[in-house]
Amino acid sequence: MIPPESTVWIIIAAIGLGSWVLRYSFMGLLGGRVLPAWVLRHLRYTAVAIIPGLIAPIVLFPPATGGVPDAPRLIAGCVVLAVGIATGKIFPALVAGVAALAVGLSI
Amino acid sequence: MQGVLATLPFMVMVAPFGLLFGVLGTEAGLPIQQVLAFSAVIIAGAAQFTALSLMEDAAPAIVVILTALAVNLRMAMYSATLAPFLGTAPFWQKAFMAYGLFDLNFLLADTKFRQATGWTAPQRAAYFSGTSVVIILAWVGATYVGTVVGQALPDWLALDFALPLTFLAMIAPSLRTIPHVVGALASVVFALAFAFVPFGLGLLIAAALAVILAAETERRLQ
Repeated sequence: MIPPESTVWIIIAAIGLGSWVLRYSFMGLLGGRVLPAWVLRHLRYTAVAIIPGLIAPIVLFPPATGGVPDAPRLIAGCVVLAVGIATGKIFPALVAGVAALAVGLSI
Repeated sequence: MQGVLATLPFMVMVAPFGLLFGVLGTEAGLPIQQVLAFSAVIIAGAAQFTALSLMEDAAPAIVVILTALAVNLRMAMYSATLAPFLGTAPFWQKAFMAYGLFDLNFLLADTKFRQATGWTAPQRAAYFSGTSVVIILAWVGATYVGTVVGQALPDWLALDFALPLTFLAMIAPSLRTIPHVVGALASVVFALAFAFVPFGLGLLIAAALAVILAAETERRLQ
């Protein structure tokens, strides 16, 4: 269940402000200077380090099936990964995955 | 204006995610004004979906905020990469460009600025501001449509799985380099291994380890 409305407002404001600071950070403060390579090397992988870990439990043990691994959902996940890696594009991967899920759930 | 035109075709890709956020936010039980505020204030795909997912898991507010900001840490990298091109613009313009900095216009602008070497700083800032305007309007507009659509959708659509599939689709195209694959695998393994840690902190521990492993892999491959 989602938190109470006032908490959600605080969450929105904090993420919004924090994101703006991150975005403004180097453009605004450094002017034209460049960050050390090792910092950029770590920043590059923040999304890929969080998102797979966030969704792995949902893909492997979907709450919608009571946490029991579910073939249509697993297959749809694999289709998205395969198409995304093969094409390098987000949207074809998503469309293929949704199609696979729709087919999988209907049979 | 050039920035506006260059960005428009890509709205076909951005709009569905904004729409999806509108749908899923409404399905999660958020009031419409809060769903719209998420998109208008934060303007970030993955971070918004992350926050929504963690709120549904009843994670504490501080964990929701920290994890969403961690997902957005890459924005600091974008900012650093664009700084040499845009750093000399006036404050108000940089403030606006920062507000509208998104994965898509970062990629567009970074490519464009490297090609168009003859451009002046004001030309680059105008181009980037143009891309920002389009993205802000499309993102919030699509979210609004999503909140309307979300209330009309039937239950058999298996929307529970739209969010994970969206995340997978966002990550999959980056899994074409070895460090990204290492980072993603480490993220999954450590997130499952640290799932017992309370308050959703296991995910942050897993992310820190995965970032270090991915960066180290990149360094060794050089």
